[in-house]
Amino acid sequence: MLDDSRPIFLQIAELIEGDIVAGALAEEAQAPSTNEFAAFYRINPATAAKGINKLVDEGILYKKRGIGMFVATGARTRLLERRREEFFHDFVQPLTREARRLGISVDALTDMINRSNSDPVLTERSAGR
Amino acid sequence: MNTPTQPPVIELNNVTKRYKDTKAVDGVTLRIDGGRIYGLLGRNGAGKTTLMSILTAQDPETSGDVKVFGQHPYENDAVLSRMCFIRESQKYPEDFSPAQAFKSAALFFRNWDQDFADRLAEEFALPLKRRIKKLSRGQLSAVGVIIGLAARAELTFFDEPYLGLDAVARQIFYDRLVEDYSLHPRTIILSSHLIDEVANLLEHVLLIDNGRIILDDDAENIRGSAATVTGEDSKVTDFTAGLPILHRERLGSLTSVTIEARLGTADRARAAELGLEIAPVSLQQLVVRKTMAAPAGGAGVDPRTATDPSELEVAP
Repeated sequence: MLDDSRPIFLQIAELIEGDIVAGALAEEAQAPSTNEFAAFYRINPATAAKGINKLVDEGILYKKRGIGMFVATGARTRLLERRREEFFHDFVQPLTREARRLGISVDALTDMINRSNSDPVLTERSAGR
Repeated sequence: MNTPTQPPVIELNNVTKRYKDTKAVDGVTLRIDGGRIYGLLGRNGAGKTTLMSILTAQDPETSGDVKVFGQHPYENDAVLSRMCFIRESQKYPEDFSPAQAFKSAALFFRNWDQDFADRLAEEFALPLKRRIKKLSRGQLSAVGVIIGLAARAELTFFDEPYLGLDAVARQIFYDRLVEDYSLHPRTIILSSHLIDEVANLLEHVLLIDNGRIILDDDAENIRGSAATVTGEDSKVTDFTAGLPILHRERLGSLTSVTIEARLGTADRARAAELGLEIAPVSLQQLVVRKTMAAPAGGAGVDPRTATDPSELEVAP
């Protein structure tokens, strides 16, 4: 859920992004309102609004006057592209760093990745994330 | 929300309150624009209640300039009718029932919402007909919380409003506060020792220590403004060199240092390379670290010579 390391509005924006990437929030579907976010996460409504506005500024959400916020067409593809760019930094670098610390060679690491990929249970789980 | 032409809700200029030899509030200069939920944090005896008493004209300042809604609040009905102050140990006429207390509140607060008060009373399971003196400590606190919420005053002070309220009742208070504030934005100043519980509700934080404001910033700016670095002693020392240190702890060969600095991606990468662990510092931890060094009137005891027992602050 929410942690203390970063501004909450960023975390709210990421939660919505995550829902869009996972398909839980489809394109052209209505996103929860500021007040719903505030009530659900028990946060200040202004903070929730800031998170939502960040996504509006980025064109991920758009506003229908008097109705609410909706997921823009193409939002999922754009978020996926961004997440793929961040993948190296967020996942691969920590992975190789820890491997080095544990004395796992690049070959052994590649082997593990192959093994993980061929395991249908693991693959299923990672695809769902 | 305030338009730029309106004066700030609260404006303090070099305000001091002296009780005999102690300065309970010491040269505070402060501006509160309003339309937000503010957290007024600090230790017992730091000056929170005194500051709120000045702002609500219950106890005038010794010196300095106080403006609430652009005017001095003392004996000023135009100002006082727009605000609501719920104290930690709020006093009500003992032979009143909660229903009668709400009736009086309805006469005083022009935005009073009786339906909301009724719904809250039901949620808090408050016996409306029982006399005030027969109520438990928690039920008495519920009366205050209900008045503070249902009054919908433009400026509402909650000074530790929940003595005796259990975790469930406090959660009801927080939930209804967020909901009602979303629908009816206004200025709320919440003083609390349960910082972890209220941290995410606050938009702005005021930290008072020894009568002075030592932190005045948006909650989102404060988040991530400090971090705890843990690891091998020499590496931690190396990594934190030149950074403002709030706290240092040692466990065997491990050292844990809390720094008041915003760490960027490069810093985090470097820490990871050094095998250091970086943990976030919560608002509560930050407040503890920033107010622990200087003793605040002894072991958390109010230094004022309170004449009214309701002014005594009791640690929860």
